[in-house]
Amino acid sequence: MAVAGTSWGRYPRARQDIVPLHWRDAPLPTVDGSMLAYGNGRSYGDVCLNDGGTLLHTRGLDRYLAFDPVSGVLRCEAGALFADILDFVVPRGWFLPVTPGTRFVSVGGAIANDVHGKNHHGAGTFGEHLLRFELLRSDGTRIECSPTKNVDLYTATIAGLGLTGLVVWAEFRLLRIAGPWMTQETRRFASLGEFFALSAQSERDYAYTVAWIDCAASGGAFGRGLFFRANHAPATTAARASRQRRLVVPFTPPFSLINSFSLRAFNELYFRRAREGHAIVCYEPYFYPLDAVGEWNRIYGPRGFLQYQCVVPSAAAEAAVSELLKRIAAAGSGSFLAVLKVFGDRPPAGILSFARAGTTLALDFPNHGAATFSLLDRLDDIVAAAGGAVYPAKDARLSGTRFRQYFPRWQQMLAHIDPKFSSGFWRRVME
Amino acid sequence: MKRVLIIGATSAIAEATARIFAARGDALFLVARNAERLQAIKADLDVRGAVRTAIATLDVADFTAHRAIVDRAERELGGLDTVLIAHGTLSDQRECEGSIDALRREFDVNALSTMAILTMLANTFETRKAGMLAVISSVAGDRGRQSNYAYAATKAAVTAFLSGLRQRLAKSGVDVLTIKPGFVDTPMTANIANKGALWAKPDMVAAGIVRAIDKRRSVVYLPWFWAPIMLVIKHIPESIFKKLKL
Repeated sequence: MAVAGTSWGRYPRARQDIVPLHWRDAPLPTVDGSMLAYGNGRSYGDVCLNDGGTLLHTRGLDRYLAFDPVSGVLRCEAGALFADILDFVVPRGWFLPVTPGTRFVSVGGAIANDVHGKNHHGAGTFGEHLLRFELLRSDGTRIECSPTKNVDLYTATIAGLGLTGLVVWAEFRLLRIAGPWMTQETRRFASLGEFFALSAQSERDYAYTVAWIDCAASGGAFGRGLFFRANHAPATTAARASRQRRLVVPFTPPFSLINSFSLRAFNELYFRRAREGHAIVCYEPYFYPLDAVGEWNRIYGPRGFLQYQCVVPSAAAEAAVSELLKRIAAAGSGSFLAVLKVFGDRPPAGILSFARAGTTLALDFPNHGAATFSLLDRLDDIVAAAGGAVYPAKDARLSGTRFRQYFPRWQQMLAHIDPKFSSGFWRRVME
Repeated sequence: MKRVLIIGATSAIAEATARIFAARGDALFLVARNAERLQAIKADLDVRGAVRTAIATLDVADFTAHRAIVDRAERELGGLDTVLIAHGTLSDQRECEGSIDALRREFDVNALSTMAILTMLANTFETRKAGMLAVISSVAGDRGRQSNYAYAATKAAVTAFLSGLRQRLAKSGVDVLTIKPGFVDTPMTANIANKGALWAKPDMVAAGIVRAIDKRRSVVYLPWFWAPIMLVIKHIPESIFKKLKL
């Protein structure tokens, strides 16, 4: 039976058959059409959707296979959530090697999108910490992939958007920590130049760096924002803040609560009220501030929203980011959630890995139909001209031409895609 | 540390409950039909902190095998403190209307096997004067409806059996817990598109089971709101009930 399913951006809507998976020894179902693994639906667009096909729900695959408390190597089924893993490993003195801005992603999703976090400059993407995984193909074969075994399939599956088959379990190395606390420093910056200077001087001494930028600011305030840098706190840190409080957006309002007025007012307040200086905070509010607000994607109303995350190479970064921000401010669009970060210069873990040397900008746009899509196309012009790329995990509208420009190695993927696997995203960009 | 025997350990609710026991450092003996699945659950519970996890396969419809399994559990864990009986099938009502064999099979699996295992355990627990027998029945057992009365009848039998057993064992200090879950969102029900507010997650139900065991409760509806709902449903007069579409 086909049921409606959505991704985090609540756009596009798709209908697909759902097959829940619960046992790692079970074969893949026999289906008409194509299938695709679906973890926790936290990618924004259609990389996790398969309109007219089948979704293999993997949340029932959430068991641990092995954990070595000495080396910090964890093996678990691919439907396990980062949130559950953190609850388990943090009290034992370990942390995820790389985590995105929400802990409600599955391990399989983290592999398929080769996720990155605030420590990319030092730790790279999640894929770089993967020791091995098992891939179940539609012909029934189970293939163990690692940096030394079935290497081609290993690099095709990392950032492979779920197209190479079902990742059944994965093994990765955790990061040693002394406790759940983070030492965080907040700094205001008045311009993009200041952001890049702060970023450069923070890279060596801070494991985590990220900035919030006021995408509604213009004139003298243009390019202003807040820079957050942090490290895991040493063992001597005394416990203080408690865990996160949880709120939920209880229903979807009939229209987007984010508009140019609420945005300007909110950003002004956020910039002025920010307390500069040092603080000790728990890892949850530090890494996952938005996770405190359950179902926050509802604030954009029934039409959903589009997230745009791009990366532009270092040489062109300041000019390109400036152009992008001006274009967004002129359109009176964008949202409070605008994030800027300088990536490290590291070889990509997967063929279609998004993170690369340069600066990444991410922000949400309420879905206003054609106006929004046309603005995003204009942003693509800027990103493409700068030699950058857009993140498939966040995308719902990229053209095939742009995709192939952004990911010039895409043809290397083709030999590794499972013939029975496909996604809405993939069919769109292969048109 | 508690020594826990779980029958039907591969069910979603039982597995979620076992995870809570494991995280506390309990010792577990898991029984189900499928050896590979038991093995997967054992590995998981060992990682989560179970001090010991042993497994054994059993088809509960094979009544002659019950004794050996219970003895083995006692032996492997050095005695038992808590037993959770969670096995069962969701009967196909239509099939049971057309086939006495099907109806009988449902009673064997959902009702008689549970009573047989409880009969054995009750006798040992009674002499030992301690322990907790927790059994998953269902809200369905509170009143038969046209859509599932075969299943409801098996669960009603279990509920009545537990009620009597609880009275008998109360004077020996043995606890008997009747667990009545409502709709639970397991992989089995993933294709039901619009799960309303009445649907619960297995881990919520599991947390409720462990809480009820810890508090030595007698009957627990999970989630709690099923208690008032079933109170109303039980009191609808038959003259009206027979005309309802429930």
